Amino acid sequence: MNKTVNQKAWFLILPVLLLVAFSAVIPLMTVVNYSVQDTFGQNKFFWAGLNWFKEMMASERMWDALGRQIAFSTIILAIEIPLGIFVALNMPKKGFWASTCLILMSLPLLIPWNVVGTIWQIFGRVDIGLLGYTLAAMGIDYNYTQDFYAAWATVIVMDVWHWTSLVALLAYAGLQSIPDAYYQAAKIDQASRWKVFRFIELPKIMGVLMIAILLRFMDSFMIYTEPFVVTGGGPGNSTTFLSIDLVKMALGQFDLGPAAAFSIMYYLVILLISYVFYTVMTNLDKRDGH
Amino acid sequence: MAKITLENLAHSYLPNPKHEDDYALKELNHDWVDGEAYALLGSSGCGKSTLLNIISGLLHPSQGRILFNDKDVTNAPTTQRNIAQVFQFPVVYDTMTVRDNLAFPLRNRGADPTYIKDRVQQIAAMIGMEDSLNHKARGLTADAKQKISLGRGMVREDVNALLFDEPLTVIDPHMKWELRTQLKSLHHEFGHTMIYVTHDQTEALTFADKVVVMYDGRVVQMGTPQELFETPEHTFVGYFIGSPGMNVLAAEVQGDTAVIGGTQIALGKGFGRPAGNVELGVRPEFTSLSAGDAGLPVTIKRVEDVGRHKIVRADFQGTEINILAGEGENISPDMNRVVFDNAGINVYSNSWRVAPEVA
Repeated sequence: MNKTVNQKAWFLILPVLLLVAFSAVIPLMTVVNYSVQDTFGQNKFFWAGLNWFKEMMASERMWDALGRQIAFSTIILAIEIPLGIFVALNMPKKGFWASTCLILMSLPLLIPWNVVGTIWQIFGRVDIGLLGYTLAAMGIDYNYTQDFYAAWATVIVMDVWHWTSLVALLAYAGLQSIPDAYYQAAKIDQASRWKVFRFIELPKIMGVLMIAILLRFMDSFMIYTEPFVVTGGGPGNSTTFLSIDLVKMALGQFDLGPAAAFSIMYYLVILLISYVFYTVMTNLDKRDGH
Repeated sequence: MAKITLENLAHSYLPNPKHEDDYALKELNHDWVDGEAYALLGSSGCGKSTLLNIISGLLHPSQGRILFNDKDVTNAPTTQRNIAQVFQFPVVYDTMTVRDNLAFPLRNRGADPTYIKDRVQQIAAMIGMEDSLNHKARGLTADAKQKISLGRGMVREDVNALLFDEPLTVIDPHMKWELRTQLKSLHHEFGHTMIYVTHDQTEALTFADKVVVMYDGRVVQMGTPQELFETPEHTFVGYFIGSPGMNVLAAEVQGDTAVIGGTQIALGKGFGRPAGNVELGVRPEFTSLSAGDAGLPVTIKRVEDVGRHKIVRADFQGTEINILAGEGENISPDMNRVVFDNAGINVYSNSWRVAPEVA
């Protein structure tokens, strides 16, 4: 087939190009711009090359934050994914209670991040919070503003409370799409409950589960508002995740150069991990096919 | 292997069935003789699958009992009934290899590994999948997946019954023939009780020793293919089996004559005075065209030549009549009467066959 050559067709992608330029490329470029310059005030900038990047790579503070960030994402994924699947498996399949469950479960997802933070900030307080007060009354030493473990536990439980619903709802949707015949065949084949899960349910929800894992990973890796409201990154630096550290650096200390370099590296890390994750998962899928 | 008895069995999908129409499966008493191959034939939604699922225990009947070898299993779960069932659409365990799929029912029952190995090999040969035993089931075609489902159904030798729920729907026509033959030879070899649900009459008639025809939640006739053809007990059987189906005409019957739309017809046998809605059923095979004065006056609408014979589509006072004519038979324009062969005339009252009086 002969294709018609019409160079004017390029104009058709102009609107998208403009949109992407203004929404993504130009803002990103300002960050890139800062990351290679230095200033001593009065809006005078000097070329700094890759110095900020080198400095950040050598910065113990950034590595610590990255370590905490990875630990946080790993922990919440390890809790939310199995818990979400478990909840989805036990939800009613149809009828009044199915809709009720769906509504109740989507409630946490509708609450704004800073409100979630505030809820838990108050909930956990030893003087007036229900959780903190109860724990204290039971003789448990719980104080998220001073204790490392209490702070982590609070931040993690808060995230689990906020986001397990998402995993559960996605897994539930996946489970609902499994035809009855599969369960019937499993009964005929005398498969145990575990085998039904392992060989029917899990393979069938793998697709949505992958989306759930990816979403939860990206979101948790960029988490800012909730821990900031609850612990402010403390006690000490113990809940200072990457975003919190970045904001401290950029707005607190006004170290624009290092912060910009930090942002770009942060962005690349998320991109890299997501890409690796996605590639591995899709390849697993393909390898299965042959 | 077992004899399966259904006692006063009925099922409704509604929690509180009141009227007979509420039942997907109307009250039924039936024996499935041990070692016979049955076909369960009927149009979609007539209760075939419901019946099958009740036998395998996937559904609990609203009333009645199921007995395997005279032992009540009505409340026994599927796993205890030791039944194999193959479904309409392929059910395979995607992440397992073909080999593991076939071995799955045996492994779950804790069979001996060397036995499993041999048996899987045997079944793979039967369904023609020896070469792909190590492939993952996920990437296979629908055909191949359904063959695995069939294989999984056949892999256990000691089952009480083998149930097939329209298993060849997704299979290519040439493969259908082959698999059906395999199932038949399997039946000869092991003598399992087999129940094969289908809405395809050819499939039913070629597979089974006995065909059970269901209509609207009821078993309307059970018999050999020949019985179903010659003496359909219900107009549905006449209409459903045969191609084209039986001609059914409203008639008034008195003794050995019938009046159809003002024309008198001799029946050759006495039928008394059947009450209710009386109809005459004659298969196209027993119907012929005539140029004489006797018979029903019809208008021929078209003639279809299907190779072996011709099908004449005629119209009699708004009712379609199909006539089977020999391939070489000449159909002339003055043949505008239809006559029936007495041997092929059945009389129906409210859709059920009226037995002729013994002379």
